[in-house]
Amino acid sequence: MRQFRTKLVIPAIAATAGAVIVAGCGGPTTTAAAGAAGPAPVVTEQVMPGMSMPPAGITASGQDTPVATNAVSIQNFAFTPAIVTIKTGTTMTWTNRDQDSHTATAMSGPFHSPTLNTGQSYQYTFTTPGRFDYLCTIHPFMTATVVVTP
Amino acid sequence: MNTPPPSIGPKTATGTGTEAGSAAGPGSMSRRQLLRHTAWFGAAVVLTVAGGEVISHLGGAPAAAALIQDPHALRFVQISDSHLGFHGPANTDVTGSFSHAINQVNTLGFRPDFVMHTGDLTHLSTPAQFDQVRQMLGALRTGQVFTVPGEHDSVDDHGQKYRAMFGTGTHGDGWYSFDVKGVHVIALVNTLALEKLGHLGTDQLEFIRNDVAGLSSDTPVVVFSHIPLFAMYPAWGWGTDDATQALSYLRRFASVTCLNGHVHQLFTKTDGNVTFYSATTTAYPLPHPGQGPGPIPLTLPAGQLGTALGVRDITYQPGQHALAIRDRRLT
Repeated sequence: MRQFRTKLVIPAIAATAGAVIVAGCGGPTTTAAAGAAGPAPVVTEQVMPGMSMPPAGITASGQDTPVATNAVSIQNFAFTPAIVTIKTGTTMTWTNRDQDSHTATAMSGPFHSPTLNTGQSYQYTFTTPGRFDYLCTIHPFMTATVVVTP
Repeated sequence: MNTPPPSIGPKTATGTGTEAGSAAGPGSMSRRQLLRHTAWFGAAVVLTVAGGEVISHLGGAPAAAALIQDPHALRFVQISDSHLGFHGPANTDVTGSFSHAINQVNTLGFRPDFVMHTGDLTHLSTPAQFDQVRQMLGALRTGQVFTVPGEHDSVDDHGQKYRAMFGTGTHGDGWYSFDVKGVHVIALVNTLALEKLGHLGTDQLEFIRNDVAGLSSDTPVVVFSHIPLFAMYPAWGWGTDDATQALSYLRRFASVTCLNGHVHQLFTKTDGNVTFYSATTTAYPLPHPGQGPGPIPLTLPAGQLGTALGVRDITYQPGQHALAIRDRRLT
């Protein structure tokens, strides 16, 4: 799948010499359907490898192992550790070590950091047990979890 | 420079396109501009959507040339993901790149009926960044400028600053629709839920259902959103979790074209009567789906950034049920 995608996408952007780049990435694919009356989708599922795949890249070995710590580093567009466990009453600290800005924002919960620029930190004290999923509102693909035990 | 500045926002949408169109007929095109058009067509693949079917015209297709010369044709521009306020090696001058893109739109050789910016106008939603992007959008030579928000435009306030500046005349959290030259245009907001994927929500879904209820099924429909309405790569949040419901209201239409940003790269997918086109960015490229640990800004070798950035123009000619979409790199 990845090879197919690479063939289609990269030439469309990199190999066009003129002022115009190809609409979409499916030039060669769509040509086959020119003038045809068939109702089948022209750009086939082959160019959509991500459609039915489970989330990838997030579950690399070790990343989902809970870590008992009250400090999360934001680095390389990820929260590390991705899952932390703390006891009720603990103050968590998030520190942004990236060049880009980030936030630590509960998806449905109590904490919402301001925008953290490089080197800035945010602290929040958890007073109730539970599982708190959070993300960076600037880059919502960055997700992580705080598990608060009694 | 002798044209008035565009109206920004949807408040005077209806009818404006007609005005703009009549002001920009082919008669105003200089010979030099016409030659430049010929050059574009010579290098372009034009995808024409006819009755939900994609037909590509390679090279200087006469059909494409006819589209651009029809004074009744709807011509509009999509720009996206300008990220004003971004500082990083992937683009050390996003303001300059956006200015470049605006200049490119202003020298297309025709005055687009409207320009739509599909979100991530700013990088961090600061008042200064919003002020800057609004001023820069005001330099576009077009009848009207529209926007939809990206997640970077609602970093800390659920979109309040965005709506204060761009939300006049919109519904709910900033969605709206309008009709121009026979085309029904819907602008959606799918960036406000605190979720990894895009989300429309029940209020907006209901808006879509009611909005199209009275339309004839042969009305061409164009849908704008920031995050793709198709599952381009859910692992990176490149999809909208309740888009299927929204698209179910559009299944009866002969031609539906969904134009999005967010992914900073060109991508096309056809699903029945609906064709999806992801646009590129004016700021910095992101990796192709699954290449690398995440959608992290890509730093290209020196001198190559412009090849990844671009603007898109779209033409619709009444009676042909056809949309022609062209993506141009920043030159």
